[in-house]
Amino acid sequence: MEQKRPLLSTKTGLVFLLPALFFVILFLIFPFVWIILVSFTNESLTGTGALNPQNVGLANYSGLFDFKTWMMRGNFGNSLIVTLQFVFGSAMIGQVGLGLSLAIAFYRRKGFIREFVNTLVILAWIIPDVVVAFSWIAFLDRDFGTLNAILSAIGLGRPDWQLELSLLSIIIFNTWRGAAFSMLLFSSALETIPPSYLETAEVVGATFWQKLRDILLPLMRGHILTVLILITLWTFNTFSPFLITAGGPSFKTDLVSIFTYRTAFRFYEFGQGGAIAVVVMLINFALALVYLGMLRKQAVE
Amino acid sequence: MKIKQTVRVILTLVALAGFVLTACTATPTAAPTTAPTQAPAKTDAPTAAPTAAPTSTPVNLTIICRCVVGGTGSNSAQWMLDYVIPKFQDEMRAQGRDVTVDLVSFGGSDEELKARYALDLKAGTGNDIMAFDGFWVPEFAEGGLIQPLETVVGPTYADWEGWSHIPVSVQQLLTYKDQLYGIAAGTDARVIWYRKDIFKEVGLPENWQPTSWEELLDAARTIKAAKPDVTPLQINAGTAMGEATTLQGWYMVMLGTGTNIFDFKTNKYPVSGQPLLDALNFYKTVYIDEKLGDARLQLLADGRDRSFLSFRDAKTAMLVEGDWFWRSVLAKGGSAELADRDALVGWAKMPAMAPGKGINGQDFVTASGGTGFILNPNTKSPAEAWDLLAFMNSKEALDYFQTLEPRMRSRDDVAVPNDTVMTAIAKEMLPLTSIRPSDAAYSKTVSPEIQLMTERIVSGEMTPEEAMAAYAAAVTAAVGADRVEVAAP
Amino acid sequence: MKKTRKFLSNLGYYVFVAFVIAFFGIPLIWLVVTPFNSQATLALEFPSQPTLDNFRQVFENKFAVQALAKNNLILAVGTMIGITFIATLTAYALSRARIPGRNFLSYTLILFSSVVTGTAAMVPIFLIISKMGLIDSHLGVILVFIGGFLPSAIFIMRDFVDGIPRSYEESAMVAGARPLNILGDVVLPLVRPGMMVIAIWAFVQSWGAFLVPFILLRSPDKMPASTAIYSFYTEAGTPNIRLVAAYSLLYALPVVILYLLVNWRYGFRFFGGIKR
Repeated sequence: MEQKRPLLSTKTGLVFLLPALFFVILFLIFPFVWIILVSFTNESLTGTGALNPQNVGLANYSGLFDFKTWMMRGNFGNSLIVTLQFVFGSAMIGQVGLGLSLAIAFYRRKGFIREFVNTLVILAWIIPDVVVAFSWIAFLDRDFGTLNAILSAIGLGRPDWQLELSLLSIIIFNTWRGAAFSMLLFSSALETIPPSYLETAEVVGATFWQKLRDILLPLMRGHILTVLILITLWTFNTFSPFLITAGGPSFKTDLVSIFTYRTAFRFYEFGQGGAIAVVVMLINFALALVYLGMLRKQAVE
Repeated sequence: MKIKQTVRVILTLVALAGFVLTACTATPTAAPTTAPTQAPAKTDAPTAAPTAAPTSTPVNLTIICRCVVGGTGSNSAQWMLDYVIPKFQDEMRAQGRDVTVDLVSFGGSDEELKARYALDLKAGTGNDIMAFDGFWVPEFAEGGLIQPLETVVGPTYADWEGWSHIPVSVQQLLTYKDQLYGIAAGTDARVIWYRKDIFKEVGLPENWQPTSWEELLDAARTIKAAKPDVTPLQINAGTAMGEATTLQGWYMVMLGTGTNIFDFKTNKYPVSGQPLLDALNFYKTVYIDEKLGDARLQLLADGRDRSFLSFRDAKTAMLVEGDWFWRSVLAKGGSAELADRDALVGWAKMPAMAPGKGINGQDFVTASGGTGFILNPNTKSPAEAWDLLAFMNSKEALDYFQTLEPRMRSRDDVAVPNDTVMTAIAKEMLPLTSIRPSDAAYSKTVSPEIQLMTERIVSGEMTPEEAMAAYAAAVTAAVGADRVEVAAP
Repeated sequence: MKKTRKFLSNLGYYVFVAFVIAFFGIPLIWLVVTPFNSQATLALEFPSQPTLDNFRQVFENKFAVQALAKNNLILAVGTMIGITFIATLTAYALSRARIPGRNFLSYTLILFSSVVTGTAAMVPIFLIISKMGLIDSHLGVILVFIGGFLPSAIFIMRDFVDGIPRSYEESAMVAGARPLNILGDVVLPLVRPGMMVIAIWAFVQSWGAFLVPFILLRSPDKMPASTAIYSFYTEAGTPNIRLVAAYSLLYALPVVILYLLVNWRYGFRFFGGIKR
């Protein structure tokens, strides 16, 4: 980090920060503290926990991690496993992988195809959740959906996406939905690479894969890690797949965000909901630390 | 450095502010501001008898229900807009009172409506009259979110003429701990709906009535053998269908073994024993062993709608559902409208395991739920709101409603016109019916656990013994060991 | 040898492009085709007689149309303006002033916002807005949106600001200009692409949001489209496919047009990647 003489006095800087601070305190810090405090109670919106919430210590937490039952479908352990698979598949491999591939494929290409593909990818990102979910329900339907219409036309049969391949379905869906963000980030990152590096490589006769491995990837490592952090955190907490599968069938796509929703909104158990949120927060924090550690290491190199 | 110090101070203040805010506002999550013990200031009796007590302040009331003209619950919305609101406003004007009424059409799902109610009531607001599902009452009452009519209106509520026309069992739909919270709109019953055309094709009697589970299964087997691409029997299971699984599915099967979900005599929940195993094995037979039902429909998120369409398209032969299926789904304008409904669809009573083995020694069983309207304890005008509620449940208002949507109403002086099926069901099934327990634990834990239990069987994930054990453990953990009955299988 | 390699690499490129176009395009075709089909189903069927009847029926639902045309717009524009203004101001301060722990702050805020915008935070948010007397008001929803989207917007915006060379501001300072003026006259024009990006992003996020408006709004005439779409579902919860598809298309169109316009005029890209 270069040491620059500040252009703004710290005082002015703080004044500029005031509006943001207002929002942060009110809508981020306060809810966060509330959630932590409530996670130690049995507070709920209806039922006895609503009138007389009691402090229950760590009971909500131990309930989540009750190792005898937590792997049963519908419980937290199952939810964690599903979410980890989901994040690994759709964030790490899916969105980042696809985004990176797109950025590299269109590197220094211009023209109609690039613009067209760019627009399509971004459209998948900006169209509202409800609309996209609806389209995908139609797309994945076993008997009438477009996907199976294509697959059966080329002889691959009609897989039951919603019942048997539900986790894979939402992984693909989420990849589709979020690839735009990493594509945009990587595209602009690639633009900062001086073209001379690649031209030199070309002169020497390097192949595409060699250029990729020896020049582009190492130069972009910092960016890749940063994008990975953001996308991992966002994907860990995304709720959109609920609109397609509602966590089912039989909890096979019960992401942690859906599990939280069910606890806090269907059963109104805010104490438990708070505990889940805190645990998720800690997991996110741990993941972020891992990435940041890797970032620092690569900065040193 | 001075600046660093300032910054540190500010950051500390920020954190402190966060904590202070939390401390200040965390406490109101205790008792909500329900203090409706103010007796209605107006002295007029809450009946339709005109009392000349002109109010000087204009009153505006709001009714909320899951009803949108041209969409969900359209008939209810129509009834409100065409009859209830204009007629009530007229009557108020005739009494010299300035009362206006507005309808709030809620277009979301039941679950969303419940969430909205919970939040509004907690914050001390909400619409004056709220459409309420009977089985929500216990958990809202226990949470202090709603109050009995006696508290909101005063003892005069008991003077309403309508009470004598509503059977006590129906009144109980909106009752908790022997206190009434509102007026039930109607009740319902569940039966087996079957396609007469498919039955005719495979040689089953047109006026079919099974008398035991075996006969029911035999009919299913006959259909399966003759028409392999038709699903013979669909009985609700799984978490996707929510309460519909418990009431239309599990209750119908469980009651046939002679046991209820909740033992009203001992006030306990039976959580294990042979009857449960028998019921679970019934599910297993239908969905796993003989594939007489389509498990897929029970596991998909929109399975219930698909099952309706499947029945309409003659791809499902028998469906265990409520009378609502007949009068609202298959009827004209319904989501699975069937043109020749009267000719193509018949109904049969759900048999017990064997004659005489059903609950109370019955040969046939059914279960009833019901919805109604409750009075919001936060209402600013309890007297007018009560007048409106009573008006909505007068004979004239309900008779008018019947012209829009014939169904079983709460009042015994309101007949079901023009619909022999509904009249017959009302006559034959209501005497046999069982209702759900008035207990917060039911809607919060027991019913979801039942849904989970059936889902585990139908998806093949667990054996009946395992599923029952999980159910027993979960319910015991929720209500305590002294409220469950454990019988050895 | 080199020619074969070039041919293969070109082939690979075109195969990849074809796959990408198919992958991103095909799921959307249904959305574009179905609303014009009077016999709409879940299957992709090109209507033999395209009709605008579904749209006509949608427009009869005054409540849904108002949701889309008025409420969504108010919420999205309000959020967009709020976010752009505050995020730019904040990013500028974080970039140019010496605030200790600003990196840590950035990441912590992102962590907070991703958890706290979930369902667990719904009750405290409801309580706060309730105490402020802003339940059932668009302002309440806009404030919560701003709070939720701010950390990410600041994160993105800071990168843009960091990429602007300081020389312009330094000269302006030497000439005696005050900080606010520097920000407004010198920096803002340079950082406009960034503002475009977060403005669109904020607009899009709030345009499609469901949970927060649902929690905080009460009157049907204030609800946005994400809630209003359910009024095209029947009592059983089944969607009336023709109408829902038509409404969905109408619902998606404004953000699509907005993006196309901005991209055409200004280009829509991030700046220089995000380095740390």
